[in-house]
Amino acid sequence: MQEAIQKTVQRTTIPFGPQHPVLPEPVHLKITVEDEIIKEVVPALGFVHRGLEKLIDIRDFHQMIQVVERVCGICSMIHAMCYVHGIEELMKIEVPPRAKYLRVIWSELHRIHSHLLWLGLFADSFGFESVFMQFWRIREKILNIDEATTGNRIIVSVNVVGGVRKDLSQDQMRWILDELDQIEQMTTQLESTLFEDYTVKKRTIGKGLLPSRQAVELGIVGPTLRASGVAQDMRQLGYAAFKELDFEPVTENNCDCWARCRVRYREVLQSIDLIRQAISKIPAGEINVKVKGRPQGEVITRVEQPRGELLYYIKANGSKNLDRLRIRTPTFANIPALFTMLPGMWLSDVPVIVLSIDPCISCTER
Amino acid sequence: MLENVVSVSPDTLAGEIAKTKYEGFRFVTMTCVELDADTAEVIYHFDRDFTLKNFRLKAAKNADIPSISHIFMAAFLAENEIQDMFHLKFKGLIIDFNRTLYFDDNAQTAPLCRYTVSQIKSPEPESIQNSGDV
Amino acid sequence: MKKMLGKIIASTRMKSPWILHFDCGSCNGCDIEVLACLTPVYDIERFGMVNVGNPMHADILLVTGTVNHRNKKVLTNLYDQMPAPKVVIAIGACGLSGGIFRDAYNVVGGVDRVIPVDVYVPGCPAKPEAIIDGAVLALKKFEVLRQQKLAV
Repeated sequence: MQEAIQKTVQRTTIPFGPQHPVLPEPVHLKITVEDEIIKEVVPALGFVHRGLEKLIDIRDFHQMIQVVERVCGICSMIHAMCYVHGIEELMKIEVPPRAKYLRVIWSELHRIHSHLLWLGLFADSFGFESVFMQFWRIREKILNIDEATTGNRIIVSVNVVGGVRKDLSQDQMRWILDELDQIEQMTTQLESTLFEDYTVKKRTIGKGLLPSRQAVELGIVGPTLRASGVAQDMRQLGYAAFKELDFEPVTENNCDCWARCRVRYREVLQSIDLIRQAISKIPAGEINVKVKGRPQGEVITRVEQPRGELLYYIKANGSKNLDRLRIRTPTFANIPALFTMLPGMWLSDVPVIVLSIDPCISCTER
Repeated sequence: MLENVVSVSPDTLAGEIAKTKYEGFRFVTMTCVELDADTAEVIYHFDRDFTLKNFRLKAAKNADIPSISHIFMAAFLAENEIQDMFHLKFKGLIIDFNRTLYFDDNAQTAPLCRYTVSQIKSPEPESIQNSGDV
Repeated sequence: MKKMLGKIIASTRMKSPWILHFDCGSCNGCDIEVLACLTPVYDIERFGMVNVGNPMHADILLVTGTVNHRNKKVLTNLYDQMPAPKVVIAIGACGLSGGIFRDAYNVVGGVDRVIPVDVYVPGCPAKPEAIIDGAVLALKKFEVLRQQKLAV
């Protein structure tokens, strides 16, 4: 009898992924459970590793913009923006003010689309399929704006060294404002469903706790950190035109999955507000400057991606190929959070908690 | 053009990093740059209130580098990545994938090295291996 | 009787093929477009297609992205588990040939280096309209395969 009891609490290792219905991307977690309670987690990566950092040997620094855009399709514009900021700093190029505002507009559109996508996937992870469909329906409006203004739905490819490739006309800006009004209205309609519903609260409140002290110690970034009450947003650095716009980082103090969801929901509304400000303040003028010469030196640039702080380290030696390009993506920094969030939780909460850090594996592995 | 750069040696590394942690810095990441056939440079980036602090460590490729993952747990992924890509060896890593983070077969080539790599004899791979479980 | 049952099963599979989606090292661009196909704006379910997580339930395999050395085992595993007849759709420039990543060191190439591919959907990323078009083409191919199987 005693033996039988002991047997029931033996440890079992359960593989989670790489192909799993709730995961849009292949990541592998080795989860050790005792009964149904998680004790240990070991992540395994490498299913999406392509080796993009090495492509600097073949492609020159202008062509690399197209490569870094494809580090991650969801936030492609922001990757390219971070990269061209670095090159511009090395080559001492002053970008025209209109280009800075256009970058803000497109990057915030990307943030809205990424957060809406995540809110949908998150709802799907606890089986709330109709909310998933609703959020993705709203998201199509953003993709329409992207397609109408740049020619592609997802990888917009507007950044060039020295500015942007495309301009927005007055009509387009008016149309964007109209669409944003609709998006705001449709999103706020879903607020009570997402945050006041009994079943959603049951699945998210108190799950995957990450106290703020531990979050800072583990180097967590982005909405995951802000949901633990730390007001840190790389947009406060004031890159592009953010220093002329008015905003406060969104924070929540619950430290759980519900708070992370809430932060991203509020950031959608914040981004809508930022685009409105940018459109009202945008100056007239050139959208790019002619670029001559080649970059030399080393530089670190940081921007805020939908998932958190994105860091590019660029080392150039004056030739057309760069010496070293290092991309530190936010999910790479957020994976250690799983070591704190998962142990002690039920096995059935794994999909919700893993999704709550918004894992982007193709970013992480490049 | 990096701001706040401090040069460290393998002996003073752990002390400096611990001091940085005490001062309230957040670990951002580590970057490895190959300098020539024998030496590589590891740059540690830390952040406090939107200011970066960087430590530069020049290391011979075939020498062990002390790991900082017991001070900043978050460093283990970055250190494992550098092990995979540059064939450096970090001593005292808390979770050591033994060059199987991105590649199978214990990564015989160092993909981000331009120069030839001096092969180091590595111990047997640990139980952390990736299977194709579904 | 057995033959008739077989006919019924085969024709229902034709009317409602189930999809398995596997991300094989893509940049996510194509994946979110595949998911967008399932949502109300594009609604691939009007062709009876449902996204499932289990390869043993699936008739059509949607693969996005390039194959690398680690995930090619996973891909062949999934392909082998699917019941015949089965159709494979490769999506996006990377799934076709390796695309922009073809020179990277950890990239094997297109999906057809590892498993046979029936329908190629180009684009970077492929648009939902193109993916739906590819899925409809795959259905035609599925019908041919089914008749071949019935004839045997």
